[in-house]
Order: sequence, then structure tokens, then C-alpha cells
Amino acid sequence: MSIETGGYGALVIVIVMTLVTLATRWGGVFVMSFVPISYRVQQFISAMSGSVLVALLAPLALNGDNGARLALLATALTMLMVKKPLLAITMGIVTAAVYRYLFP
Amino acid sequence: MSDIDSNLHELNRSNIWAGFVQLVPLSIFVIIFGLAFGLAATQTGLDAWSTIAMSTFVFAGASQFAAMELWGQEISLLPLAITVFAINARHLLMGATLYPWLRHLPPSKRYGVMLVITDANWAMSLQKFSRGEPAMGLLFGGGLTLWSFWVFGTWLGIYFGNAIQDPVSLGLDMVMGCFLLAMLVGGKKDTRVFAIWSVAAIASLLAYWFLPANSHVVVGALAGGILGAIWMESER
Repeated sequence: MSIETGGYGALVIVIVMTLVTLATRWGGVFVMSFVPISYRVQQFISAMSGSVLVALLAPLALNGDNGARLALLATALTMLMVKKPLLAITMGIVTAAVYRYLFP
Repeated sequence: MSDIDSNLHELNRSNIWAGFVQLVPLSIFVIIFGLAFGLAATQTGLDAWSTIAMSTFVFAGASQFAAMELWGQEISLLPLAITVFAINARHLLMGATLYPWLRHLPPSKRYGVMLVITDANWAMSLQKFSRGEPAMGLLFGGGLTLWSFWVFGTWLGIYFGNAIQDPVSLGLDMVMGCFLLAMLVGGKKDTRVFAIWSVAAIASLLAYWFLPANSHVVVGALAGGILGAIWMESER
């Protein structure tokens, strides 16, 4: 089911996102009050929450211009070296800006 | 139930305020992330009210950035809902790990506290609880800090976002991608995690090429999750 993003559409999308997120905030506590969450389910959930980010990023890295690719590379390298998210994101943005300025 | 144990989960005005104040320094960074989201949402074409509403009610940065990534003239609700669920599924684990302390609260307070659960206040209060210190005020008060600064940052971002003429030349189209990547790389990394990421990447690209639009996120998330359930970490 598709929905237009203009007008009331955006409102519907915000409501859907709110309900889904609320379910994740309450769900863990709710389920635990009946039955403990098994180790296998925990492993599935934590693997899935990393994988969804990979799945979002893979096409972005593949289809982006070189500025975009270098930006992602700069972010990853900075994050690996200093573990500061804000600095890593800044490095990525600056890299894209500089590359696009030099090679428009 | 001993006295010490019952104090651990006490929730009153003074310890909520103490928790609120304790997370103010960290929340300066939250303002900047909020600003980045407001900026990204404005570039994506969201109106100011929807953007503020999203930060206020959803209050989950990575999933909000992901929604911008899927945004278009039209958006399919099911893939969007599943993507948001997959990104925010870690809240399920946060709730489960806090349950030993939350179970002492009456249900209304228990679920009220969980309204503002997010990575920072969860990690800090779980650490305190595990040391046998009271942390319910930190969990709830700190959550309120993070939430209010997130909304404020978003508002700032909308304000500045409207002033910027050519965001792409400034690299600002990469805010979302770089944010999500930094979240990913900041997590745990070992052979198992790399295998999971590789499977998720391959599955999502195959879906991207051969399946309907936007299904790649769901396919990649499920493929990685299933591998994680089969190849489990050795327990504790």
C-alpha cells in the first residue's frame, strides 16, 4: 500500500512510525512480563538491527557519485580510528564537499 | 523484598530532576544530531510541522533518517513500517534487560518510563542498576533531557535548512548516509558480525536489482537477522 507524502500523507506516515516505534519500546517489557525472551531471539534481533543499516547503505554506496563513496569511506575510517560519531559524520560531509568542489 | 532493593526503583520528582540534569552535557550532541535531521528532512521536502511531529512522537534518530532515505512522491507503508521496526527492534532488548527493575513499578509508570527509552539513558542506567545503585530517575529524567534536546535540535535544523541554497555542493546530502554508517561502525565488530553484514549487503543488493522498490531494506535485515539466529555467539 502506497501513500502520497504531501498533505495529510506525511501525518499518516508519522503516526505509523510512532506506533511501530512505541511497539518496540513497550514490547520487550510486555513480553518479559509473560515469558523471558530466548537467547536465539535476542541474537536474531541484534543481528537484524545492524543488518538493516547495511541494507540501507549498500545501494547508496553502489549508486552514489565518487563524492558520496569517499564520504562514506571517510566516515568509516574516522569511526574505526577515533570512535567519535560526530567527528566521523563531519569528516564524511567535508570529504563530499571538497571532492565535489575540486571535481564538479 | 529488602529496603535497598525497593529504593533501587524509586521514582520521584527529585531523582527525575537529578537524572535530567545529569544528561544535559551529553545532550549538546543530541542537539547537533537533531539539527542534522531537521536539515535532512527539509532537503527531502518534509514540511516543518511533520518534521517536528516526527521528532516529538517517534524520537528514534536512525529510523527517522532511514525514513528520509525511503521518502519519495509516494511511500509504501509496509516496507517503511518494517524498516522502522527493524531499526528500532533494539528497544525490545533494552526493555527486556531493564525488566528486573521495571517490574517493581506499577504498569502505568513502567510503560511511562519506557516512552523515553533510548540508547544513552538505557546504557547508563543499566550500568548503575547492575552495580546495585538506584537509576530509575536517571532512566526517566535523562530520557526527558534527550527527548527535549532532540526536538529542539530538529527545530534548529529546519530553521537553518531553509537558508541553505545548494545542499549537495556542501555535502549535506550525505548527512543521512554518514549518520547511519557511523552508528553501524560504532557497534560490535568480529568475524560473526562481518559475516552477518556481508549477507545483509548481498541480499539487499540482489533485492534492489530484482525485487520491487524499497523491499531491499527488509530483505537485507531479515537475511542478516536469520544468519545471526543460526550462528549464535557463545552464551555469555
